[in-house]
Amino acid sequence: MDHPDSTWRPSADIETLRARARHLASVRAFFKARGVLEVETPVLGHGGSTDPHLASLSLEATTPAGQEQLWLQTSPEGHMKRLLAAGSGPIFQLARVFRDGEVGRRHNLEFTMLEWYRPGMAFDALIGETCDLIEHVLQADLPRCRHAYRALFQRHVGLDPMTASLDALQDRVAPHLGESCPDWSRDSCLDLLMSFEVEPHLGQGVIDIVTEYPASQAALAKCHSDPDGCQVASRFEVYVRGIELANGYDELIDACEQRQRFEADQRERRALGAPSVEADHHLVAALEYGLPPACGVALGLDRLIMLAEGRACVSDVMAFDTPRC
Amino acid sequence: MANYSTNEFKSGLKVMLDGDPCSIVDNEFVKPGKGQAFNRVKLRNLMTGRVWERTFKSGESIEGADVLDLDMEYLYNDGEMWHFMKTDGSFEQYAADKKAVGESEKWLKEQVSYTITLWNDNPISVAPPNFIELTVTETDPGLKGDTANGGSKPATLSTGAVVRVPLFINEGEVLKIDTRSAEYVGRA
Repeated sequence: MDHPDSTWRPSADIETLRARARHLASVRAFFKARGVLEVETPVLGHGGSTDPHLASLSLEATTPAGQEQLWLQTSPEGHMKRLLAAGSGPIFQLARVFRDGEVGRRHNLEFTMLEWYRPGMAFDALIGETCDLIEHVLQADLPRCRHAYRALFQRHVGLDPMTASLDALQDRVAPHLGESCPDWSRDSCLDLLMSFEVEPHLGQGVIDIVTEYPASQAALAKCHSDPDGCQVASRFEVYVRGIELANGYDELIDACEQRQRFEADQRERRALGAPSVEADHHLVAALEYGLPPACGVALGLDRLIMLAEGRACVSDVMAFDTPRC
Repeated sequence: MANYSTNEFKSGLKVMLDGDPCSIVDNEFVKPGKGQAFNRVKLRNLMTGRVWERTFKSGESIEGADVLDLDMEYLYNDGEMWHFMKTDGSFEQYAADKKAVGESEKWLKEQVSYTITLWNDNPISVAPPNFIELTVTETDPGLKGDTANGGSKPATLSTGAVVRVPLFINEGEVLKIDTRSAEYVGRA
């Protein structure tokens, strides 16, 4: 442990912060060369994230409307989609985002999200561009392997995530918990097995891309039927060296379905005992006005810089991590 | 005892798991891209010394364990129990059984201070100081002049422990021993 008096010091050394500045410049150059506009949107909003597994921070502020509760963004998605609806064309942002309680070697309460949207770009093309960006920052040329969630899960876990019974999934999860019969939901079981039995194998010497997530894990992605008729999400995740770097969607643009997903989130939050969060009504209004078909992706920039610099913790590449802020 | 949520977990926190008191060794926050977050926790079972790895949903709570580490002086063994006295001037005594004393039995010397772990006010483990000074009670005669050759021989100490010592050591000498590795450090 550090001497208590040394906590004023940065968590990254100055040389690493110079490297970080070079990576930020190279990300901006990447998008400039591709004609993607850099934007800045507020970190505060009148709505927060309704995702049942994200904890939004909020604060009381004095605004022209009086005293209001505002939410710190967990991602710049809402504001950026409103720009798309207003006709911005392709945009990217280096956004500061906040997720309460997320602290660890690969997490920090606030971190830098590189998020970009490509109206009119096909899902596969955005996967390609995401890998290009990763290689551009890592200065490496890596093979790219694409997997459907279902086949990948079957290979590493030995169960079919779409058809296995809840009992079978709970039995499979039990050894991790030391409980014989956990009463976990289907998605919690899948998340645990994905995190502990699949992810560590991914991105070893390659960029692994996982697609076709179960529809229950679509978040803000469109859904479609896979060749076997299962509903799957048009969502992808990118892994390098066992680390999840990016999450992308063929974006949901149907206002009605967006409203239903917000409501489903709120029901699940209540069931989980999670605090209620004001949904982003401006986003629904923007979708009603009309969002061009678009794919978008969010990438944890601190993790990517951590990999580029050969570090083990995100705090090694941040000026001040949460314990030192 | 209070309950602790996963976001209060930190190394050294004492909690109950499967009916046994445990000390948290490591706590890692893990989250798939979207969805449920987890804490993968390593815990040392204070009864057995074994390290367990368990996964919790982030935000889950578990019961705290009433576990306390206290310095106590070793007094005597009554044939069944080992008796210790608090060093805070209270003269309060505790008796530890064979299971609690365990491997530390061979390092117990009167008037030396040990760390006693109490669970619900009962001793569950006894840890010796890192270094202890003990008298040699039995060893082969010392070889005069052999101080550089690096050979060694077994020596039995006053507590019954057997350690490897240099050839020049004689019975009756007081030696400094590292209890963690059971190695000879030097003459006291």
